[in-house]
Amino acid sequence: MTAVSSLNEKSDELTSTKEAHADHRLFGLITFLIADGMTFAGFFAAYLTFKAVNPLLPDAIYELELPLPTLNTILLLLSSATFHKAGKALEEQHAKRCQNWLLVTAGLGVAFLISQMVEYFTLPFGLTDNLYASTFYALTGFHGLHVTLGAIMILIVWWQTRSPDGRITNVNKFPLEAAELYWHFVDGIWVILFIILYLL
Amino acid sequence: MPTTAIYTILISLALIVGSIWASNSLDFLPAVASSNAPIYDELFKVLFVIGTVLFIGMTGLVIYSLIQFRKRPGQEGDGLAIEENLPLEIFWTAVPAVVILFVGLYSYDIYNRMGGMQLLSSDSHSHHSMSAQERLWGGIGEVKQEENESEVLPVINVELSAMQFAFLFNYPKGEIISGELHVPVGYPVRMRMESKDVIHAFWVPEFRLKQDVIPGQPTILNFTPTKTGKYPIICAELCGPYHGGMRSTVVVEEPDEYIAWFQKNSKSPDIEA
Amino acid sequence: MSISIPPNTESNSKKLQPTGWLRYFSFSLDHKVIGIQYLICGFLFYLIGGVLAGAIRIELTSPMSDFMARDVYNQVLTLHGTIMIFLWIVPVVNGAFGNYLIPFYVGARDMAFPRLNAVAFWLIPPAGLMLISSYFINGAAQSGWTAYPPLSITTPAAGQIIWIISVLLLGGSSIFGGINFIATILKLRQPGLKLMQLPMYCWAMLGTSILVVLSTPVLAGTLILLSFDIVAHTGFFNPTLGGNVIVYQHLFWFYSHPAVYIMVLPAFGLVSEILPVHCRKPLFGYSTMVYSIMAIVALGLIVWAHHMFTSGTPPWMRLFFTIATAFIAVPTGIKFFNWVATLWGGRISINSAILFSCGFIVNFILGGITGVALAQVPFDVHVHDTYFVVAHFHYIVYGGSVFVIFSSIYHWFPKFTGKMLDDNIGKLHFILTFIGFNLCFAPQHWLGLNGMPRRVAEYDPQFTFVNQISSVGALLMALSTLPFLWNIINSLINGKESGPNPWKALTSEWLTSSPPPVENWIGEAPLVTEPYGYGHKTKNSNSPVQMNKKQETS
Ligand code: HEA
Ligand code: HEA
Ligand code: CUA
Ligand SMILES: [Cu+2]
Repeated sequence: MTAVSSLNEKSDELTSTKEAHADHRLFGLITFLIADGMTFAGFFAAYLTFKAVNPLLPDAIYELELPLPTLNTILLLLSSATFHKAGKALEEQHAKRCQNWLLVTAGLGVAFLISQMVEYFTLPFGLTDNLYASTFYALTGFHGLHVTLGAIMILIVWWQTRSPDGRITNVNKFPLEAAELYWHFVDGIWVILFIILYLL
Repeated sequence: MPTTAIYTILISLALIVGSIWASNSLDFLPAVASSNAPIYDELFKVLFVIGTVLFIGMTGLVIYSLIQFRKRPGQEGDGLAIEENLPLEIFWTAVPAVVILFVGLYSYDIYNRMGGMQLLSSDSHSHHSMSAQERLWGGIGEVKQEENESEVLPVINVELSAMQFAFLFNYPKGEIISGELHVPVGYPVRMRMESKDVIHAFWVPEFRLKQDVIPGQPTILNFTPTKTGKYPIICAELCGPYHGGMRSTVVVEEPDEYIAWFQKNSKSPDIEA
Repeated sequence: MSISIPPNTESNSKKLQPTGWLRYFSFSLDHKVIGIQYLICGFLFYLIGGVLAGAIRIELTSPMSDFMARDVYNQVLTLHGTIMIFLWIVPVVNGAFGNYLIPFYVGARDMAFPRLNAVAFWLIPPAGLMLISSYFINGAAQSGWTAYPPLSITTPAAGQIIWIISVLLLGGSSIFGGINFIATILKLRQPGLKLMQLPMYCWAMLGTSILVVLSTPVLAGTLILLSFDIVAHTGFFNPTLGGNVIVYQHLFWFYSHPAVYIMVLPAFGLVSEILPVHCRKPLFGYSTMVYSIMAIVALGLIVWAHHMFTSGTPPWMRLFFTIATAFIAVPTGIKFFNWVATLWGGRISINSAILFSCGFIVNFILGGITGVALAQVPFDVHVHDTYFVVAHFHYIVYGGSVFVIFSSIYHWFPKFTGKMLDDNIGKLHFILTFIGFNLCFAPQHWLGLNGMPRRVAEYDPQFTFVNQISSVGALLMALSTLPFLWNIINSLINGKESGPNPWKALTSEWLTSSPPPVENWIGEAPLVTEPYGYGHKTKNSNSPVQMNKKQETS
């Protein structure tokens, strides 16, 4: 139970220093992401088991090309870096710079989605063609859904940093932090997905 | 307090003796009709004794406490403020751990004697064509025939296919397809099972055997019937509205009766079982 | 989702939320209101699930399928299992008591995320109603609560899809609740309150919530794949399309085995709160109790395949899962021995709460023993999917969790309402339930051993008599609900006032008025570092409860 004990330590120091009414939304989000990660873990486990025990039926087609997904990986990793930049900029109170980095991040996310779509349309197999194909689409689709949600979140955050009443500032930066954490999570999942689906 | 200790020991002894007696004289299980049924019943008795001692012992303690330590009219104040006792905690962690370990090893032995730990091979004895990568899962393997090694009995091969809501038995040797399973008493049977639609299960309570019959995933079951008679074959996996009615019969008969049945139904009567 | 909570003042507690009975129908953010909402909602679903159980038992009084059509029987048992698990036990032992008690126990004024909390509750009634309405629309799901493919893919799709959506909603509710409990217990603890001073129920809920967060999402993913198989004709679990039905079983049980601990760990926690109060003794072996909860959580995650011993798993897997499963008896046993040690030497008030708790101990031990037997592969190969299993889990879920829920209602009703329940009617309720329960489920062990499979509407006539005994037991259980309901209604209307702390308990929910004010305490929260400090009265110098000066209780 290492997870528990590390949580405990953190909370002990927190409660002793801060007021009991501190903002715990980030903690809640982390817990949620662990849960979300388990959904992916289930899918990964299913895919790996299928691979191990269910041979591809004789005339089934399941071939993946590497270039596009590699590009996708680079796009997402880059976007993680740019999001980090945005967060840094907010801390240093460069609102404008923060907004620009946010836009770049969202742009990279959208580019990822477009490239993923391109891949979908060029693949030689469809959703119901065979077991691996179905699992491939389920996994990448579920991940794509996460990217879409993330991109929307980034745009909302971007919009809010622009508002004159300062809904997101370096004082109230939870929405940005939350979106950033979520985005890194989605990236991390992609890396695992890339390794399992394309490289293995 | 030595008297309490003596009482405790006496009561525990009585409990153990009592439950051993109960396990021997009460009849909880159906007839014994396969070579692994008596092994099963042995395990059942051991589990029954442990369970009974534990259950009656704990229930007794609860009832005793409720009576002995009940709050009587006029009593005020709290009970004894005892709350920690490391030796006790170690004791009641260690004893169940040992019991569990014993039960685990024992049931492993039982399972091994039933043939459950045998790796299943798809080739032995059966001669039907199979794709190269066919995986065989589960079921119970062949029991090593230790006693009568000299005269190894031929294995009866049967292929079971299950569908909503029937079992069909196929005897490849005689090209027999039958709704009833016929097997000669004392001969090892090897059954390869596969389902045509949803999951079913093959269960003969008198054999103490059950194995799911799965679509797309053949399974194997080996058993040796030991007592003649007719026993029910029951589908034990929910498979649709008529799941409850999905039953058949296994007829365990003397070898000559079996051969007669076989030859009557076989398409190639000259081949024997 | 702001969670900054200002100190309680009269004006503060009156605004924002509706008051009176109306608040139970509102999107209330008060953890106590949400707790009661969970409890009442869950109980209504229990009655529905119970009527379905009644229908099952009526059908089984005769060996023919005569009371209802065969497919209706399958729908009824699917609904019964699903409702009882997802709409009664899980929401009540977690949601109801968790919401009501956890903030008190950590010394907080509400849960960490009150709005999320309300959302989690309000997912339940629509999901439940949808599930039940599917029966009237096009026939409910009929592949059992386990929904094994390919059966669940080939039965009528509408009912199965509605079943999936409902379970997804309920799973979501459960995850939101779990996140909230973890955050509340770890983050909202009062300064000065150490983890090892928390009441046992907090530990139970922490362990349960970890299980919820780790395992429920896997079920959600699995059901999404299953729904693709049904709607989009993919072949994940469809062997005719190259899929694998066993993978579904692994994924399903990866959730549904932990789910059984989600149903029972909180009940363990509740018993640990109830016993010390009525025995007037400290909880025996606090720290081993804590470790055993965490051991159950860890082991609970790695034993799922014991539901699949006949599905065709490789031998090494069976061996591993046998040993791992049976070892859960060790930490569980620690808890039971400690409870008995808590009873030992106490000054026990024989009331309805303690009777139901002791009933739980006795019933659960029997259910646990049959569980350990089932964990042995060679044993399970005979009784898997028979009434022996049905008996095993009803001994645990009914004899365990439901008994604890009743015990808890008798214990906390005065806190919820400020009124006492009638103890004599409570004892009548206990006796009827206990006899009915054992009459109903004990004979089922024999049925299973002797050849009656589960999930059948028709059976071998040799089992008729024993089934009828079982049905009489079910009837007694149904009857036992009547004195209980009467007791509740009667007490609400003209029950005796209970005062803030009728049991003279030490945990902090009792150190405020009954029912408590909106933010739990007028003034500052008391710091309870010894929730089980009974019998420590002599050491007056350090009283277990450090009362705050501003504290106004009795
Ligand atoms: C709250 C619910 C709950 C709980 C807590 C448990 C607890 C346990 N269960 Fe149960 N189980 C179910 C609910 C539950 N179960 C359900 C619903 C099913 C059927 C699902 C379906 O198919 O529909 C099921 C089915 C089920 C099976 C599969 C049977 C089959 O389908 O073939 C198995 C097999 O291993 C099993 C084992 C156990 C074990 C070992 C425990 C252990 O945790 C029990 C441990 C407790 C004790 C042992 C008692 C106290 C201990 C002592 C006093 C110490 C000393 C003890 C010894 C030395 C033995 N359960
Ligand atoms: C989790 C909790 C839970 C609870 C509390 C119960 C409670 C009961 N269960 Fe249930 N049961 C399950 C969970 C539960 N069950 C599950 C998971 C399954 C497996 C489903 C599957 O196979 O998929 C199952 C299956 C199951 C079966 C096997 C069906 C089959 O395999 O064919 C049976 C048969 O006797 C049964 C009976 C009962 C009875 C008599 C009660 C009683 O305790 C109920 C008592 C309560 C009442 C009776 C309600 C109050 C009274 C009234 C409202 C008055 C009106 C009453 C009547 C008309 C009788 N249950
Ligand atoms: Cu076939 Cu049930
Ligand atoms: Cu289990």
